[in-house]
Amino acid sequence: MRTSDRTQGKPLLVLRLYIAGDASAARRALDARKRIIEAAAEPINIEIIDILERPAEAEAAGILATPTLSDETVTPPRRLIGDISNTAHVLEYFGCSNKDTTA
Amino acid sequence: MIATEESAVDPVLERVKTGIEAFDDLVMGGLPRGRTTIVGGTPGSGKTVFATQFLAHGITDLGESGVFVTFEESPDEIEVNMASFGWNIRRWREQNQLVFVDASPKDRDELVVGDFDLAGLLARILHAVKAAKAKRLVLDSLTQLFDHFVADPTTVRRELLRIAAALKKEGLTVLMTAERNSEYGEISRHRIEEFVADNVVILRNALDKERRRRTIEVLKMRGSRHVEGEVPITLVENHGLVAVPLSSLRLEQQSSTKRVTSGNAELDRMTSGGLFRDSVTLVSGATGTGKTLLVTNFLAGGVAAGERALLVGYEESRGQLFRNARGWGVDFEAMEADGQLKVISLYPEAQSLPDHLLTIRELVEEFKPDRLAIDSLSALERIAPETGFREFLISLTSFIKQREIAGLCTATNKSLIGGQSASEQHISTLTDSIILLRYIQEGDMMNRGLMVLKMRGSEHDKQIRRFTIDSKGMHLGEPFGGAPDVFGDAAIAGPAT
Repeated sequence: MRTSDRTQGKPLLVLRLYIAGDASAARRALDARKRIIEAAAEPINIEIIDILERPAEAEAAGILATPTLSDETVTPPRRLIGDISNTAHVLEYFGCSNKDTTA
Repeated sequence: MIATEESAVDPVLERVKTGIEAFDDLVMGGLPRGRTTIVGGTPGSGKTVFATQFLAHGITDLGESGVFVTFEESPDEIEVNMASFGWNIRRWREQNQLVFVDASPKDRDELVVGDFDLAGLLARILHAVKAAKAKRLVLDSLTQLFDHFVADPTTVRRELLRIAAALKKEGLTVLMTAERNSEYGEISRHRIEEFVADNVVILRNALDKERRRRTIEVLKMRGSRHVEGEVPITLVENHGLVAVPLSSLRLEQQSSTKRVTSGNAELDRMTSGGLFRDSVTLVSGATGTGKTLLVTNFLAGGVAAGERALLVGYEESRGQLFRNARGWGVDFEAMEADGQLKVISLYPEAQSLPDHLLTIRELVEEFKPDRLAIDSLSALERIAPETGFREFLISLTSFIKQREIAGLCTATNKSLIGGQSASEQHISTLTDSIILLRYIQEGDMMNRGLMVLKMRGSEHDKQIRRFTIDSKGMHLGEPFGGAPDVFGDAAIAGPAT
């Protein structure tokens, strides 16, 4: 389904990043988020959800660990937990190509 | 069963009742408020039932709501599985008395890279605690959480410590379950108990001589006393876990001096006035020596004196018991019709020994008899491992005495002449009186003999008396002339000279 979206040029990948407050791990995850968006060959939307402020959403999504980067548009949801600083690896995991490699 | 004391006893530890009455007695009134208890057990040992009961009791009886964090079954599964214990989880959920945090395994692609924390879980728990205004919290089971993050046990351990500390700060009384690999091995996988628990409780479901034996044991109570040793438990429909208390916890019953008739005037004379009101008498003898007859006399004698009598039979059907009685001139039907007698016939194999004990207790609570006969203990012994049987006897005899009931139990000897049955060995120290019925050979004649072997707190006739049985019942006659050996394998009296 993502391929059909792609042809229309909308934000193709919608991810959610679950973090807890402003702990150092959360700040690292937010930095990584920026780099992922910049490195992606296609537009990516990564919504930030601070579970300390929005615990109900963590409950609904069944989040145990933070940071968690999650693609909830697919069934079953696809999740990456822990260290998301390896941009190339993250993009590959969510099936998105990297600017450098696609050039 | 002895109470141990740790150094720092906090006299003001408030107690949180679990709803498992006899268990609360073991831990001096309940789990200490604001503390963390680990309940360990093998699969099927009743951990989830224990945990749910802890929450249910708070909700239904004490107005304390709870949070259930489930790592194993989904909330809907728990709702269904626990319904048979009479817990309406659906309604509690609707009224926010019970809030679930659903951390059960879900279908998802997941990859863990590097370091993470469980802040997500903690945030969800605290959110649920706030929603329910919870006082009690259950995490079931931690082992599943470790399995979820199987590559990072160190991280899970660190995070659990953090969660436990946060929950303690909230003043919650926390019960965490943990899986064990074996009944008598290490306390839990991942050694969870070592780093988070103030208290450790073990549930067991061990196989002992082909029988399941469920027990509960309090292993550790930080800063508090508890009773040591395994206590039998059973799962009861519409109730949950029931611990079967052992008598040694409360041996305060005082002995009465009031006598009641044994139902046989001659036997009353031999015992200097009959049996004591709150005593347990064992009648032991080989098959056919007249044990059931003695039971029948005992019941009829009570009813004739205006008492209520209860017979729990494990060997013969009701029809058979009624026919026997009629053969000795006793009309059980009329007594039952008058509401003075109740005869219950049970199949020993139908339930476990602790369940049998509960059945007897329920019957007694319901019928409120003045005297109770159990025929026979040997039939019950068949179905139980030895330790279980001894515990059963201790509980039974102390219960009978507490209720100030006159109890009469029978035990069957395996050999026809002389010999001791195992139940006899067990019960002889627990009963107040022992009556032996024996076949005694004299020359080429086989006669029956009766002897009062023991009578606590009273004088009694120590002779071995001849007796006969006819359509009017038992007739005690003269003592045997010689000195027959009623204990040995060959109970042969010397030839009458």
